Formats: sequence, C-alpha cells, structure tokens
Amino acid sequence: MKTLDLIGTAFANTLRAKTRSILTILAIFIGAFTLTLTSGLGTGINAYISDTVTGIGATGTMTVTKTSETQSRFDAAAGGPVKYDPDAISTGQVGPDRVATVTALTPADLTSLAGIDGVTDVHATKSVTLDYIRFDEGTRYVAAITTMIPGQTLQLADGSAPDNTSAEAELTIPVTYVEPLGFASDAEALGSTLTFVLTDAERTQQTVTATIVGVAEEGLASPAGTSLMTNNALTDELFQAQATGLPSDQADRFAQATIWFDANATDTQIDALKGRLADAGYTGTTVEDTLGAFTTVIDSIVLVLNAFAIIALLAASFGIVNTLYMSVQERTREIGLMKAMGMGSGRVFSLFSLEAIVLGFLGSTLGVLVAMATGSLVSSALANSLLSGLPGLTLIAFDPISIALIIGLVTAIGFVAGTLPAARAANADPVNSLRYE
Amino acid sequence: MTSQGSISTQAPAVVSSAPLLSVRDLAKTYGKGENRFDALRGVSFDIHAGESLAIVGKSGSGKSTLMHLLALMDEPTSGTIALDGDDTRMLRGHRLNAIRNKTFGFVFQQFFLTSSQSVLENVILPLKIAGVPRSERKRRATGALEQLGLADKAKNKATDLSGGEKQRAVIARALVNNPRIIFADEPTGNLDSRTGQVVEDILFTLNREHGITLIIVTHDEDLAAHCDRRIAIRDGLITTPEEAAA
Repeated sequence: MKTLDLIGTAFANTLRAKTRSILTILAIFIGAFTLTLTSGLGTGINAYISDTVTGIGATGTMTVTKTSETQSRFDAAAGGPVKYDPDAISTGQVGPDRVATVTALTPADLTSLAGIDGVTDVHATKSVTLDYIRFDEGTRYVAAITTMIPGQTLQLADGSAPDNTSAEAELTIPVTYVEPLGFASDAEALGSTLTFVLTDAERTQQTVTATIVGVAEEGLASPAGTSLMTNNALTDELFQAQATGLPSDQADRFAQATIWFDANATDTQIDALKGRLADAGYTGTTVEDTLGAFTTVIDSIVLVLNAFAIIALLAASFGIVNTLYMSVQERTREIGLMKAMGMGSGRVFSLFSLEAIVLGFLGSTLGVLVAMATGSLVSSALANSLLSGLPGLTLIAFDPISIALIIGLVTAIGFVAGTLPAARAANADPVNSLRYE
Repeated sequence: MTSQGSISTQAPAVVSSAPLLSVRDLAKTYGKGENRFDALRGVSFDIHAGESLAIVGKSGSGKSTLMHLLALMDEPTSGTIALDGDDTRMLRGHRLNAIRNKTFGFVFQQFFLTSSQSVLENVILPLKIAGVPRSERKRRATGALEQLGLADKAKNKATDLSGGEKQRAVIARALVNNPRIIFADEPTGNLDSRTGQVVEDILFTLNREHGITLIIVTHDEDLAAHCDRRIAIRDGLITTPEEAAA
C-alpha cells in the first residue's frame, strides 16, 4: 500500500466511528487548547518584557555605582551611630530606620572607570530635580527627567526620540502630559517649546526651554515612564543651571554612571567585567540583572501551567489508546483480510499508527486554532479593560514556532499512544481473525 | 480437463506441466502437551494450473486448516508446500506478501466486506494494498464489477446488498488482481439454493474461461461434485481417493 493511500485510509477510518473519534479528538482538543493558551501567555508576557528591556537599557551597557550598602542610621555591629560619609548621597528612605545611600561618583571616578579593561565609554548619569514644567503660561506640573541612552528604544505615540547628537535641547513627553499641558493632540505638542523651572544652589529659580520632538507611550518598563525623556544637550543645560553657585569641586557629583562595553560580549565576559569593576570598588548592573528575576518568575509560572496542560494531554492519550484498541477489536476481520491479501505487518502497524496520528493532529490543530481565536479575543478585551494601564501588552501572544511545536508534540503523543494498539493489529494472525466457526 | 494428480504416498503421475501447488507430508499441530491437537497429520497431493479442486470434510476435519496453509496464511508444523516448484518456506516478508496479493483471491462464506464502505471501495482494497495507482485501480475494479453484473451497485454501501450481491462483490474483489488461484471457503454456505447456483456458475465460468485454479472448501456434496477433483479430509488425513469429475 502506498504511503499516500495509507494516510487517506487512516483519515477515512477515523471518520468511520464518528462519535468515538469525535470524543477522543475532543479530549485531545482540551489538552492542546490549554497548552496553547498557557504557552501563549508565556509568549505574550515575555515578548512584552523583551520589548521593554531595550527601553530600560540598551544591550552592551551597564549601570555603575560606587559599592555601598543600604545602611541603617544606627550601626548595629558597632553598637553606635553610623559614621558620616561626605560623598554619600541619600537616594531615599527604604525602611523606617533605613536609608539607601550611594556614594557619589566624581570626575576622577569616571576617569578610572574609563580605564578599566573592557569599558569602551563612560557617561555620568546627571540627576536634575525640577521645580515644575509648563507650556506657554499654562498650569505648572511637577516632572522628572531621564536622559536618553544611545541604543535605547522608545515606544513612541508620535514624533521621534530625542536626538543625542543634536546641540538643540530636545525632549519627549509621556502621553499623560499631553492634555494637562494644554495640547489638543499628540501631534499638536510636537515642535512646541516647554519651559523648565528649577532652583539652583543659591536658592534662585532658573529657567530652561526645550523643544518637544516626540510623545512617548507609557509602558510598564518604558524608559520614559512618567518622566520626560531628554537628550544630552538638554540634560547638560539643566544640570548646569542646577549647579549655578556651587563650588566647582562639589558641582560634578553623580549618583551613577553608564558604561558601554562590547554588545556581543558573552555572559562570562560580562561577569569578568563585573569582577574588574568590583575590584576597582564599583558595582555594575546590566538590564538582564534587573529583569532576570522577573522573567524567571514568569517562566516558572508558565511552566507550571504547561504542566497542567500536559497532564490533560496524558489523560487524552489514554483516550487514544482506548479508541484504537476498540477499533482494532472491531476490525479484526478487516485486519485479517488485509493481511491475507498481502498487506505486510509493517503497513498494518503504520495504518493504525497513522490513525492515532490523525486523531492527535485533528485534536491539536482544532485546539490550537480555537485557542488562538479565544486568546486573541481575551487579550484584546483585557487590553481595553483590565490591562489598559499596560499599553503595548498582548497578554496572550502566539509565535509560529511554539504553535508548530505544540501540534508536533500532541501528534507525537498520539503516535506513542497508538503504538500499543497498532502493534496488536500488526501481530494479528490472519487465520484467527478470519475464523468463524 | 482431466486431472491426474495422486494421493499421499504414491509418486505423482507425470503430467504435461509442473504442478502449480505441490503438497508433501503436510502436518499442522496446535497447542502443546495435553492441549495438543493435530489438525493435519501428513497430507500430500498436487494441484495443477486450471484445475478445480474440492476439499470436503466435516467441521473440524482439518479442511479449513489445509486451506489456510495452501493460501500461505499459516505455516505448517512439518511438510512442504511448493508453489511453481519453489518451496514456500523460503518466502518471507515482501515476496510472501506480493504472492498473497497477486496470486490468490479469496471468497468467504461470511463475505468479509467492510460494511461502511462502498462496494467499489471494497473491491479496490487488494489493488490498494498492491500499490496500484488511483485511476487504474478504479478502472480495474469497475471492470470486475461489470463482469459480475454489479456495475450499478458500485456506489452502494456493502451492507445494503443482498446475500447474492455480496458474494458477487466478494468474487469481484477476489478477481480484481487477476489471481491464479481463487480460494473459496463455503462460497454458497450463506446463500439460498438459487443464488448459490448463480455464484457457483460464476466461479466455474472463471475456472473454465479464464483458467483460474479454483480451490473450494465445502461440505456441500453437490458443489464438490461439480469440481474436477475432490479431496476428502477426515481427522487430518485424506480418506478418499480422488475422483475425476463427471
């Protein structure tokens, strides 16, 4: 029997005992449906994370701080108050009696960082505290700024990202700022001049102006977030304005710096670089470090969900075994006849295996298709309601490779389940099968 | 046509051509120890191409076992069957399957048609197993059905046919691959005498006009009497000298 005929016969035989086949396919369908949805969930969330990873920081960059620990104001070990560190910058209170402090980086630190093997570039992160921003003579709003790092991608609603090579002061504003600032639409904000007001060291207010070049989407891990994204020119201008009146030895103090290294560096090379930084007294953190734990948690949740789907599929595979055993039982005569007519045992085995594969394939394909339809409906419904705060998130996404993998896996499960009944059919003795006394 | 085969221990008489099937000291035992059952206990005879042979005997006499061995569906415990002078014990796997497919046709008392399939699909089965291309097998199966006057029933489900039609469909299926031997196991056993007569006539016409060797297993004396020769089996042995047909 030709292979094509075998496949055709297998399909026809599957449709012969309709109710039984449909029930078996339904069992497989449920497993495949669940597996598709759970893995789609993983795909969707992880795709969202990896989209935003490039927003949090470009690959080949590392955030460097001077090694310092979250410390208590009361030194428990010494049994007394903590000694004053003139270079410590308090970055916020993290507990009732604890402040996170980092030791400020000085221009000398930047020079020594640039000298570390593997560091291709160093850029200090200049922090600026704004009093308010306003457009025209409109309402005043508080705001924070973040400087654009080359390699970062912004999810833009309109316009373009701030250009770091430009000497002009440029920025993007988050979509949430568009209306309050007094713009009718995203497009209208583009090209407008925004006024920044901040207080310098001499307690006098300084004013800086810059052009809005883009409007950024607000993402979970968007670099912009709720802050304004500025280019180097604007940040420098603001930093300078803020430092007005400070003695020069105190003016250049930075909480952190960004260093660049080879974007193609392997994990081992990155670890080695971190080691060298640690030896020099600095702590380097990559984007992966920040997000690693996050994706690990999501991966393990998806893994547990997938395990449930696999259990459903295992149960369904026993359905395949049962269905085919019944089929072999019912078709004893037919099998005997085919063997008497010169159909080899191998072909008989193939025929029944193919029937199992057909059951698995039909069940998984239907399951996957329905799951994709359901998943798309559910995620678009959620995106407009429950998850509207996370623009850009497709909760359940499907990529062709994992869909093909699921169909392949379920079909393979069908094949494995079918081997036992198929072997019984292949071993059937034509004489016994055709006996009727 | 006159047959000059021989029985058991006697050396076969020399005939014009080598026997199609040559059976020597064929024995078949089922089970072991106390359950041991000797279905055949040393049977020897020849079948020549174009003959019609009746194997008669009561239920349990070993006649069905003999037919299964002749059709190469089972292996003898001892003894040999030669097909065209070749020892069939040497046949394995693909060659054995090819011989089953191309040399033999089967007609059963219980028909063994797949009831949910159409008559045409049932008749096509041996061609499908042989790997005959789709268009050719349809043409040949339709031809076989026409030959048996069932062309108008080709699309019907096998289960919707009458007994006589079913048996004709089975004969069409046996015939479709142009076999050299048709094995018929009680071909008229499930039919009324008039329909049985029609089926009988068809089988003997095929034997006469197409030279297909006919081996009929039956306990119907009338049917056996129409054959060129008959071999009577009792308790696993040939009991009667063969008789030439009238």
